[in-house]
Amino acid sequence: MKIRVERDVLAEAVAWAARSLPARPPAPVLAGLLLKAEEGQLSLSSFDYEVSARVSVEAEIEEEGTVLVSGRLLADISRALPNRPVEISTDGVRATVVCGSSRFTLHTLPVEEYPALPQMPEATGTVPGEVFASAVQQVAIAAGRDDTLPVLTGVRIEIEGDSVTLASTDRYRFAVREFLWKPENPDISAVALVPAKTLQDTAKALTSGDQVILALSGSGAGEGLIGFEGAGRRTTTRLLEGDLPKYKTLFPTEFNSVAVIETAPFVEAVKRVALVAERNTPVRLSFEQGVLILEAGSSDDAQAVERVDAQLEGDDISIAFNPTFLLDGLSAIDSPVAQLSFTTSTKPALLSGRPAVDAEADEAYKYLIMPVRLSG
Amino acid sequence: MRTAPTILHLDMDAFFASVEQASKPSLRGKAVVVGGLGPRGVVATCSYEARVFGVHSAMPMGQARRLAPHAAYLVPRFELYRSISEQVMRLLRELSPLVEPLSLDEAFVDLDAGGAARDAETARLAGTKLRTDIRTVTGLTGSVGLAASKMLAKIASEAAKPDGLVLIPPGTERAMLEPMTVRTLPGVGPATGDHLRRAGITTVGEIAEAGEDELVRLLGKAHGHALYAMALARDERPVVAERETKSVSVEDTYDVDIHDRVRVGVEVGRLADRCVRRLRASGLSGRTIVLKVRRYDFSTLTRSETLRGPTDDPAVVREAAARLLDSVDTTGGVRLLGVGVSGLADYTQEDLFAQAAGDRAEEPAEEPGTEPAEAHSPSPAERRWPSGHDVRHTELGHGWVQGSGLGRVTVRFETPYSGVGRVRTFLVDDPELTPADPLPLVADTEGGAGQPSSGPLPLPASLPKSWSGGGGAAATSRP
Repeated sequence: MKIRVERDVLAEAVAWAARSLPARPPAPVLAGLLLKAEEGQLSLSSFDYEVSARVSVEAEIEEEGTVLVSGRLLADISRALPNRPVEISTDGVRATVVCGSSRFTLHTLPVEEYPALPQMPEATGTVPGEVFASAVQQVAIAAGRDDTLPVLTGVRIEIEGDSVTLASTDRYRFAVREFLWKPENPDISAVALVPAKTLQDTAKALTSGDQVILALSGSGAGEGLIGFEGAGRRTTTRLLEGDLPKYKTLFPTEFNSVAVIETAPFVEAVKRVALVAERNTPVRLSFEQGVLILEAGSSDDAQAVERVDAQLEGDDISIAFNPTFLLDGLSAIDSPVAQLSFTTSTKPALLSGRPAVDAEADEAYKYLIMPVRLSG
Repeated sequence: MRTAPTILHLDMDAFFASVEQASKPSLRGKAVVVGGLGPRGVVATCSYEARVFGVHSAMPMGQARRLAPHAAYLVPRFELYRSISEQVMRLLRELSPLVEPLSLDEAFVDLDAGGAARDAETARLAGTKLRTDIRTVTGLTGSVGLAASKMLAKIASEAAKPDGLVLIPPGTERAMLEPMTVRTLPGVGPATGDHLRRAGITTVGEIAEAGEDELVRLLGKAHGHALYAMALARDERPVVAERETKSVSVEDTYDVDIHDRVRVGVEVGRLADRCVRRLRASGLSGRTIVLKVRRYDFSTLTRSETLRGPTDDPAVVREAAARLLDSVDTTGGVRLLGVGVSGLADYTQEDLFAQAAGDRAEEPAEEPGTEPAEAHSPSPAERRWPSGHDVRHTELGHGWVQGSGLGRVTVRFETPYSGVGRVRTFLVDDPELTPADPLPLVADTEGGAGQPSSGPLPLPASLPKSWSGGGGAAATSRP
């Protein structure tokens, strides 16, 4: 193999592909990055049995071929190279990287021992990269982070015709986002549970592309996998087993009061009073007509109080939340105005966004948040 | 360290056994042993008459029975002990706001803080009055130690036992400590004692002589420094009114090892419920769920899981405990199981799924009448009539269970205020016989002992370790 590629192009591609390299590879070859040169393209792949990543970039191919080298090392080297064309060539068991006056000789790993990358499931539809990334961001925030209940570390992707619903929960909040996409088959119906962390990384990496292709195998080949493709990058991820608990009934439909608050001053106020809420002790919210009083801390320690303008329709209510959960939700609604709907102080509250104070709430995104109950 | 002996240590004499003797005239002056009566039970307290035979607390019940076969063996009546303890603690709080309860029958009081005493003379007066008051209100005796530090006050009350008062005048502490065995000092048990003895140190005086460096070399930094300070009678620990509860836990020892995995799971669920009831009773919640398993070979494992927010939801605790149990191999059988909650807080993070599911079961399942320890009893009758517990007969009045078995129950009809009563035997299912609440020990005191309790208390074979954090006061620790 002998190729020539722009330094920036190489560095970016290597950095992305190397991200899914396992920190502690189960087999030595999995620490490698597979470089394949053919038909004017250089493709780089990595795989750790859970996630596979492949990126293709334009390159000048003098001699086609395949080589497996240490991914970490190649990432470090390509990042540090001067901004000049890079030449990569192989000679027996060695690979040589030449750039300007630098020259690196690397050991290669046995290509024949490298596992075959999983087949990308058949394409099932496309969605604009921006839409996909923001939806994933909004939902993954509510996913669980510990492995006690693996199902809760996933984002549920449900496809029904031209609508996609993302949902995740860590049992203290529940985020749901709907968006439209262009399915290949208008009658498609599928459900997948994708590890939230991987999905977040993937969505972020694919924003640069106009369109993201979602490839979800219904049944048969590639089952248990989901694939994403965009901007010359494609990645597959093993799905989590199981499904989230049924959530439709968890979302209350009737409320005793609805509060409307401008998001930015609300967020500022929560952040300020939360300064005295050590280790996520609760922030208490009291809504009365026209004003919201936020309090945190206890009389034994520091205390903080702040008032914010708020519109309230319905009964006055006092309710407390974990400040982190509340702030997560307020940043996720990504709207200038927040709408909080309550039934009682011990039942879940529903957070959604409004484009303006007197506008209707945006139904596409809902963030259900469980309150904190104060004893005594 | 203060210069006046104004720290008081009160230790009730053979508390549980004395309560039993006070409420059962036929047992006065007799050997009484209170504790778990199952095959794996231990002695909680025994009367001084029983101590003559060599019975002491924490001894396996079987050994006690061999040493004192004719003693009365009774199942503890914690409700009653607790209510009497409250009467005593109330008297202590009248003396000073700084009362540090160590258990139901033991507490430190800072007399100076309450202005009850300023010097040796007033301290002795306060101590004497306290002993009289305790006797009037509860009919029981307690021993009082007075000294300038907690350690010495406790040593003094030990020396005062039974039914006495000892005051250690400041300035005489070292001379008094010197000839005493090292085991007198708190923190010196059999192991440290042996260790010191091998180094030729048997008395407190010898510790002082050996010097701090030698002690640290022998016992390590923390223990060495602390012990040396104590040997010089230096103890600056203040009396702390409310010790923070750090965790709430319950455990059960089983008469027979449990092998059945399903049964283990059921027991863990039951313990989780009981633990949550305790937690809720004190208005607390916690983030960390701890499971304790002692296996047939005494190997003891603890596993814990920390939630993102504190909970007092029985479903959440039960679920977490069950998950923890999944990681423990119980194939050889288990003899003890425990469930605890730590990382306590006074608020709970509500859980979506538990609330949705909990609309069906808001409260932890009520404790079924059968307790694990008694589940192996040969007949259900013995479960209903624990030895020593109160009963009422429609005609013969108040009495207590002297024993039961073979379908019969023997009751002695007497009350704290009567003379020695008569014994009658009934069929266990005699409709005229019902469980009753304990009677107050002293007929005419306000409140306290006579408060209604929920019938005979079900008890495991060994005493449940209720408050790992001591105190028992509803204190809160903020994580």
